[in-house]
This record gives sequence, C-alpha cells and structure tokens, in this order.
Amino acid sequence: MPLLAVEDLKTYFFTRRGVVKAVDGVSFTLEAGETLALVGESGSGKSVTCLSLVRLVPEPAGRIVGGRILLDGDDLLAKNPRQMRRVRGKQIAMVLQDPMTSLNPGLTIGTQVGEVMRLHQGIRGRSLRERVVDALRRLRISAAESRLGQFPHQFSGGMRQRVSSAIALSCAPRVLIADEPTTSLDVTIQAQYLELLKEVQAAAGVAVILVTHDFGIVAANADRVAVMYAGRIVEMGTTLQVFNNPRHPYTQALLRCLPDVDLKREQLVEIGGQPPDLAALPPGCPFAPRCSERQPICERSLPPAVTVDAGHTAACFLAVATPA
Amino acid sequence: MILEAVDLKKYFPVTGALALGRAQTWIRAVDGVSVQVGEGETLGIVGESGSGKTTLAKLFLLLERPTAGSLRFDGKDVATFGRADVRRYRRSVQAVFQDPFSSLDPRMRVEQIVGEPLIPENGVTRAMVRDRVRESLELVGLRRDSASLYPHEFSGGQRQRIAIARALVTTPKFILLDEPVSALDVSIRAQILNLLKRLQDQLGLAYIMISHDLAAARYLATRLAVMYCGKLVETGACEAVYTEPLHPYTEALLSAALPLHPSARRQRIILKGEIPNPTNPPSGCRFHPRCHRVLAECSSVEPAWREVKPGRFAACHLH
Amino acid sequence: MGGSGRPPSPPALAPAPAQPWRGSLRRLPWFAGAVLATLVFCAVFAPWLASKDPTAGDITTKLIPPIWMERGTMEHPLGTDRFGRDILSRIIHGSRISLLVSIIAIGVAGTLGTALGLIAGYRGGLTDTLLMRMTDIGLSLPTILIAVVMVAVSEPSFRNVVLVIALLLWPRFARQIRGETLAVKEQDFVALAVVAGRSGTWIIARHIFPNVVPTLLVISTLQVGYVILLEGTLGFLGVGVPPPNPAWGLMIADGRGFLATAWWIALFPGLAMLLTVLAVNLMGDWLRDHLDPKLRQAGARVTAATATTAAPIEPAIAEAPARGD
Repeated sequence: MPLLAVEDLKTYFFTRRGVVKAVDGVSFTLEAGETLALVGESGSGKSVTCLSLVRLVPEPAGRIVGGRILLDGDDLLAKNPRQMRRVRGKQIAMVLQDPMTSLNPGLTIGTQVGEVMRLHQGIRGRSLRERVVDALRRLRISAAESRLGQFPHQFSGGMRQRVSSAIALSCAPRVLIADEPTTSLDVTIQAQYLELLKEVQAAAGVAVILVTHDFGIVAANADRVAVMYAGRIVEMGTTLQVFNNPRHPYTQALLRCLPDVDLKREQLVEIGGQPPDLAALPPGCPFAPRCSERQPICERSLPPAVTVDAGHTAACFLAVATPA
Repeated sequence: MILEAVDLKKYFPVTGALALGRAQTWIRAVDGVSVQVGEGETLGIVGESGSGKTTLAKLFLLLERPTAGSLRFDGKDVATFGRADVRRYRRSVQAVFQDPFSSLDPRMRVEQIVGEPLIPENGVTRAMVRDRVRESLELVGLRRDSASLYPHEFSGGQRQRIAIARALVTTPKFILLDEPVSALDVSIRAQILNLLKRLQDQLGLAYIMISHDLAAARYLATRLAVMYCGKLVETGACEAVYTEPLHPYTEALLSAALPLHPSARRQRIILKGEIPNPTNPPSGCRFHPRCHRVLAECSSVEPAWREVKPGRFAACHLH
Repeated sequence: MGGSGRPPSPPALAPAPAQPWRGSLRRLPWFAGAVLATLVFCAVFAPWLASKDPTAGDITTKLIPPIWMERGTMEHPLGTDRFGRDILSRIIHGSRISLLVSIIAIGVAGTLGTALGLIAGYRGGLTDTLLMRMTDIGLSLPTILIAVVMVAVSEPSFRNVVLVIALLLWPRFARQIRGETLAVKEQDFVALAVVAGRSGTWIIARHIFPNVVPTLLVISTLQVGYVILLEGTLGFLGVGVPPPNPAWGLMIADGRGFLATAWWIALFPGLAMLLTVLAVNLMGDWLRDHLDPKLRQAGARVTAATATTAAPIEPAIAEAPARGD
C-alpha cells in the first residue's frame, strides 16, 4: 500500500462567474521517502491540490467535491476537523513559498519552532528547548542556541525558509508538502536549500511533494513528476521517463520552449495562445486550443490517462503504449 | 552609438532612527562598475539580490544620479546634458520592467500607455501618434484595435507585449530589459523571448538585460557581465562565460542554475554562507567568505580588474 | 509547523474577489442610500416641499406641538418654535444649508488638500517635510476653539462658516492623499513615465491623480458627516450661519431653553442631523470597502494573473507577424 494515495480528487470553487474546477479528477500515489514533483503554470491546480491534501481549501467558495485521500489507507476526507488538526503538522507538514509570511513576525524563532512540538508531542520545558535546538541544527542553522530568542526579521530569506522547514519537520511528518519553497530565494541560496532538503529527507525518510513551475528544479530533485494543466494531471512518470520521453504534447512543448542554462538555443519553440480560463474550459482536452497536434476528437471529449510505459501515463488521445 | 558606464558608483545613505543629521553609513549598491553596450548587441547583467544590478539599471535610465563616475552616451557625459540632450536620451533609451501588472497604468487605455513616450513637439500631430502606436502594437504581435482597450483586459503575456510596444514607439537604439520574463508563466516566456530576439534582429536594437535567470540570459545575451555585491566580477562574450567561467562566483552561480534535464545532474558547487550586506562588504575580494577556491591574499587584497584573456575581464587573484 | 497550523495564503486562483462590483452593489446600504436620497431631494426641492416660509413666524401659532399630540395641528406636522415658525419646513430648508456647506467646504478643502498631498507625496524631500509639518499643525488645532474665534472675529456669515470649515478640513485630505500618492508612485508605470520623458506635472495629472480619485471619493464622503456636525456645532454656539436662517444647529440651540416644555423644537433637527451623519458614514464605509484601489487592484490582479477573467483577449493576438525572424 502506498503511503499516500489520492484518488480522483475534485476541488471546485463556486463563484459568481460559475464553477471553477481548480482540481478536476487528480489521482496519484506517493511512496515513503520519495519526491514527487507537481509541476504546472499558475492556475494549473498544483497549489489547490496541496491545500486539498491538508483540507485547507479556502471556504466557503472552495470545496472538495469528490475523491479520496488515503494516508496509510485512512481517508482524510472522512475525518472531522479535530482529527484533521492532528494530521496536519504531525502526519503532513507544509513549507510555503514566502517564509516571511508563514512565520509570525511577532514571535521568536524558538517559540514558533517549539509550538508544534508542544502541541503534538506534549513536550515542555528543558527537553523542549533541546528538541528545538536539535531541529534547527538539523537544518544547519548555525549558533542555533543563541538564535532561539531572535525574530524572523533578523534572519535572511534563505535562513527563514530553513526555519520554516525546521518547524515543518519538527514532528517527523510522513509527508512534507513544499509549495514553491525556493521561488523567493536567490539562485545560490536555492541550491543550498534544495541540497539540504534532500539530505534531511534522506535522513528522516519523509516523502516530499514538491510543487514548482521550474522544470530545472524538477529535473534535479524529483524521483517522479506529475505535470498539471488546467486542474488535471496530463502526464505522470519517473523524472527520466517524462524528461527523456515526454508523451503529452504539453510536456513536449514546455520542454522545448524553455531556455536552458546548459545550451545556447537559437530559437525557442513557442506554445501559442494563452493559459486557459478555468471558468470557461472547452468541452474537450483543455490544452487542445494551444496544441500543435490537435485532432478533431480533442475538441469534443476529454482524453483519458493512458499507460504508455510502466508507471508512465499521459492523458492524450495520441499517446499509445510503447511496445516493450 | 555607444552607452557606457565608467567607474559608476551609487551609494545610498543609511539613516538610523537616532542618527540625526549626517548619515553614518552607506549602502554601496553600485561600487565602481564599468560596462559598455554597443549597437545591436545584448549585454546581460546577471547577479543575485543585493548585487546592485537593479540600481545599475536605474542609473542607466537616469532614475538615480550617480554618486561618482560617469555615464556616457555617444561619448558625452550624461551629467553635462542639457534639456535637448536629455530629450534625445529619453527617446533613445527605453525600458521594459519585470512586472507587467505594475508597469501599465490601470486607468489608461493601451493607446495612451503605448503613446506615452511620444511627447508632442513641433510637427508631431495626433494622427502621427495614433499611427505610430498602432504600428508599434503590430510589431509586438498585437492587433491594432487593442489600442482602445484597458490593460485589465489582457493576460500577463499580452501585457508584457504592450510594455514592449511602449518601449518601441520612439524607435530607440537601446532598451533596458529588467527581468523581462521572470513574472510570466513558463509557457509564455518563450513567446516573449522570441519576440525580443526578433525585434532586435529586425530593428537593430541593443539590449541591456538585467536578470537572475541564467537560462534566459544565455538565450538573449551576446555579452555577459556578472555582478556580486555592487561590483563586476567578470565580463566576456556570453558563450565563453557560460562554457568557461573565470571567476569562482560565476562558476558557482552557473553550477547552481538547474539544467532542464535530469541526466545533466552534475557535481554542484554549493556556496556556503549568505549574500553579504552591501552596507558592510567583506574586505579584500567581496566574495572571499563564500569562495570555494579562496587564497590567502583574498581576504586582504582587493583583486584588480584585468583582461585575463582577449575580451575576458575578471577580478580574481586566481588569474 | 510551517504553515499547516495557520491557513496558508489563499491559492492564486481563489476567485472570491473576481468581480468586486457586482456583488457589492447588491450589498449597497439601502437605508443610508434612502436617507441620503431624501436629503438631497429635500435640499433641491425645498421651496416646493415646505408648506411654510421657514423664516416667517407667527406669534399666534407659537410652540404648537407635533401633530400626534394634543393641540397638534395638520398645519404644522412637527410643531412650531417660539416664533411660530413651522419646524418641518425649517428642517427641509435646513437640509439645504447643511448640504451646501458640506459640498462647498469639502470642495475647497479637498482641492487644496489633494493638491498639496499630491505635491508632497510626489516631490518628497524638503517639500514633503514642510508641507507635512503644516498638515500636522493643521491637524492639531483645537477645531472648535479656532472656529469660534475665527468666526467671532469676523462676521458670522455663510461664507465665513464655509471658509473656517475648509481651513480645518484640508489637512485631512492632504495627509491621506499624500499616503496614497506614495503608494502609487512605487508602481512601475510611474518610473516608466519618467523614462518616457514625461514631466512631473504630467505624471501627477495623468498617472497619480486618476489613481487616487477613489480614495478621494471615500475621504470626501466620510468628511460630510464631520462637516455637518461641525456646522451644527458652530450654529449651536451661535457662530454659524446667522439667524434667522434655518440651520439645524441653530434650531437645536433655539430649542435648548424649551427642552422641558417644547422638546420638539430641538429633537427634530437633532434627529435629522443624526440620521444624515449616520447615513453618510455608512455610505463612506461601504465606499471604502468597495472602491479601495488597493483592494480592487489586488482582485483584478488575482484574476488576470490566473487567467480566470471573463472573455480572454485571445483574438487580440494577431497572427504571429510573418517571418520577422
């Protein structure tokens, strides 16, 4: 049994303009210790998928309307709010994009890191302090002891992200959701952080869902990739499968259209058109209007996910299983 | 025509809450930068936050006055400019900024936005402005009739096209691109980068591209300048810098940038420590506390800026 | 932990603020709207609405109570004052004075305050420091005292009341407009206008002012209540619009001596003032919530950024120009 299994998750937002299907039938699994990257552009539903996993979809506009989220076979969607609070932080933890807003500017670092441990593990006093220092040290925050009394603004961006991660990892969660964790960091600091995250992940055996729009980060850090477009997973497989042999036209086009630090490209192959309007999606494949290989059927019906290779699926009518 | 910065410096005073009167310390945002951009080329200026690249951009756009050094346009020092010179400079040097939301006034129509740099002078009629605006819109791939719409009716990528159209409307020689695609969706970036490249070829523009995105810089730039903590650490032809970086910082920066392919995973140089605070930069070479190839003299002697190889300049004791 | 405890920032496509106007119109404060509409209607059509001359008294009909009381008459639904003037007619005419004083005083103060706020905010530096110190002094003046002294020194007249109120009001505009100007100035389009070669005057007029107009509307509305109260207070203290004009404050002052015997003289103008101020403030709050440029822009930005806006401008992109590359 996988650690986490998401089955046909649907999260809709009910707005005056109509129903926005932010997440529309997303399924994936996550094994202990692995890193799954959810990649996509803004509005692809990757962040809402994550919020759904911890049931923090902004209500009342947003609602999870269908599917199951099984953590160790236990459906999170069937839990009451109190049980859910125990899942958050203890089983599933989150690191967000902006470490400045996810830390409370008015509380010391020590207090904030200690809070979760006190809450979930009931540790107090001296042993709590030791555990807090430990948690910070594990994320290579030097002179952790003397920095317990400092406030977030006294830390640099990279350091704040480490503190957030220390908090997230402090109760040894099974799943860590990292939502664009390095988007606000500089390149060299991003490299530091990702390296550290990998180390900590290996040491703690935590499974990571890495949300990003940066294919470079995916290539360097993920074991498996799920590419999202307009609320659906259009392609999923191991990182090598997806990068070496992309089967969905969207993935193919994205990989061709991005400039690469490693080689000089003379001309980028563009993807035409604009990202889709989620409140007015076409009846067929949402990528069809921008797709260079569009067929008549693509505009009428939704392509199902096809297994093209072991563990490699693509939701496209043109995708067929590769004969072994 | 050449745009040239000669030993350009910009210091900002730091006035503490209690330090009344004279400023005690200075942020040395740009600390002695010399670069030049010639016709038709693209100078990429890369660096991380605090490197001073944004301040340098403001100096180029005459939004800040240099503390020392000079900015020369066509051989003439900008500090000696009269009104007519400034007007000519404004027409010749335009800009496109990162955020396509903040760079278009929400209360103006596209027509007014794009036409803004066309200042009515003797002989310029309203009809000429109108035509020029529409021409400019077509150049960037927008329809002529989008002139009558408001910015909120466009998506991010289209807004960036409008911003580019505005920069083109005076037929400038130089356009400063400040992170032109960083705020855009990945599937849109290629459209804008290709557009910029096509316009350059078509109109013979020179770009100064400020960026932290090393991939985008490699795509557009012909020459590259790498900045760290207010100073240049290295300049050279773009491809040469990417394939054979001279300065250890460039090396680390390039190795930290993530290639688009998993098989390209390589030994990365992970820099220790933080980007230094430009109020109080490290002694000697500013990069020495983080450098993986540090030498004994790096902490005390500031490395000289010199031509290491033909066309390749660097400031490092290793060379 | 990192964020699971507190709700993370809503995802980029939270569509709640998609169209701030449509929903907010529905939530328009109808009570306030109705009161204000009545007020304006009264002020405009006062001569036709009021059955009696507001200044002409008739001693024979003095101190008549409201209609539902013993001795009350159809002639004077809200009774009469000690000179026998019809209270209802005086209130209706009084709305003219309140409204006129508000509009003119706010117009004068708003123009002056906005101009100074724009200049201070845009220029910054010494100009800003000087103008803002002036504003601080203006704001720390003991309002009523100054008003009393100033009107007392000159003749109490409609013009003087307006001038005094305007003098006390402009710093409030200056300060808020300056703050808003600073925020707008940070937007890239202002820097780009400088790069385009436009002058400071042009930038203030074409970029900054249009973007502070919503704020200006909100402050103006919120100040109407204050002006009406101030005008009332001045009237009550005898330094407002001089008698026999039917100003509400003056009417309350008139009724002060009769609170025990003829309470209606003071009560009805007081009620009129209360209702008006309440309505104006409710309206101002609503405007502030729904016209705030920052809120609106944030909303627009969220939708546009995620392309969930209505009618994407797909056709605006022409066919990629043929072979430009």
